[in-house]
Amino acid sequence: MNVLEARGLGKRYGRRWALKDLTLDVPGGRIVAFVGPNGAGKTTFLQLAMGFAAPTAGTVAAFGLSPRREAAAFLPRVGYAAQEPPLFKRFSVGELLTMGSRLNRRWDGPMAASRLRSLGIGLDLSVASLSGGMRAQLALVLALAKMPDLLLLDEPMASLDPLARHEFMGLLMAASAEQGLTVVLSSHIIGDLRATCDYLVILTRGQSQLVGDMDTIVATHQRLVGPVEMMDAIGHVQEIVQVERSDRQASLLVRMRGPLLDPRWESYPVDLDQIVLGYLSRGVSSSSSGDELATEVAG
Amino acid sequence: MSLVHGRGSSAAITFRKDTTSGLTQYLQLVQQVTHALHLGQLKVGDRLPTVRDVAAQLAINPNTVLKAYRYMEMQGLLESRPGTGVYVAKELRGPSPHDQAALRRELLRWLSRARDAGLDIEGMQALFSDAMRQHAMDEVVAS
Repeated sequence: MNVLEARGLGKRYGRRWALKDLTLDVPGGRIVAFVGPNGAGKTTFLQLAMGFAAPTAGTVAAFGLSPRREAAAFLPRVGYAAQEPPLFKRFSVGELLTMGSRLNRRWDGPMAASRLRSLGIGLDLSVASLSGGMRAQLALVLALAKMPDLLLLDEPMASLDPLARHEFMGLLMAASAEQGLTVVLSSHIIGDLRATCDYLVILTRGQSQLVGDMDTIVATHQRLVGPVEMMDAIGHVQEIVQVERSDRQASLLVRMRGPLLDPRWESYPVDLDQIVLGYLSRGVSSSSSGDELATEVAG
Repeated sequence: MSLVHGRGSSAAITFRKDTTSGLTQYLQLVQQVTHALHLGQLKVGDRLPTVRDVAAQLAINPNTVLKAYRYMEMQGLLESRPGTGVYVAKELRGPSPHDQAALRRELLRWLSRARDAGLDIEGMQALFSDAMRQHAMDEVVAS
């Protein structure tokens, strides 16, 4: 069953589409990565999915509920955390937990306390005294304590160092195993997404370039090297994403729909970084002037 | 789910993330277990870490761990006991000395054929690791 569904979803700010015609289905239990440069529309999508903003076109729904029109049923089932978590700095960690338990119908306080203990975040510490990494972890623990079925995270690790990122992701993965929740997170850092996320959306300039299962995406993309004059006639190529060429040789990032049978071409596996880079650079080269800057402002 | 929530103290294997092998995380987990079984480091009845613990420690998707455990269960290498965890069900022994010697002879013959065909050491190694990768993927797809 799909937990999150978007149909032709779009958001326009003034004359600019910050997100345009996004369609996707996220099955339950998935961990979804929204990847793209700043201003690509990642935050816009998450805000539409949370109901913070109303779409200009199309629809978005979670558990079949509209985030805005059916907010009362929708909100208890959804958790959210952003890059700069809006935590009350003069509160202690324990006071935040108390506040959470008073404000939420579903609230697992003991689990939150035990997670904070294992992260070394004492309940008596003041929020202001926590490092950036600890604040991000605290925001995640609070969002998880709501026992959400769907968790939306907007660049949750953007300001974290590698160790804090690893700990944050470890916490998220453990929670996903324990609570079986669906996660959607946005990131402009690709690094650890391959191992953690199993569904991928690549966005550039408000439009989705690629949507699908992570393993399938990685398995169907290859780099092919071969004679430049033959590059349009390779069997089983669904799409040429990126081309680098000299007089004789072409190096192509391709999406295959079957095995490579042409012996004139050599194939090499590509990792997620190369795939994302290929789609991002395609987005840039096909852009019309002036468009990007505007999207950047709105995104 | 028993695979996710296991009770008990220490697990018999510690998984690691190998970013240089070119194998997917799923295959790495399978390979690390079978490797430990071949070396006799894992014995029948040993408990593996829970899905939750592996996911948290390596910061990897729990479904990847679940998939690897399920695959090895289907192979008869592991068994999950409801409510307690995942245990080693079968040990792997290497080939007999006789088989091993025969395999080695074949490999030496292959090496001279490859050299006659013009491959140097690097070329052979590249071909070998490429074939290994292909073999590992085919095995998973076939099962």
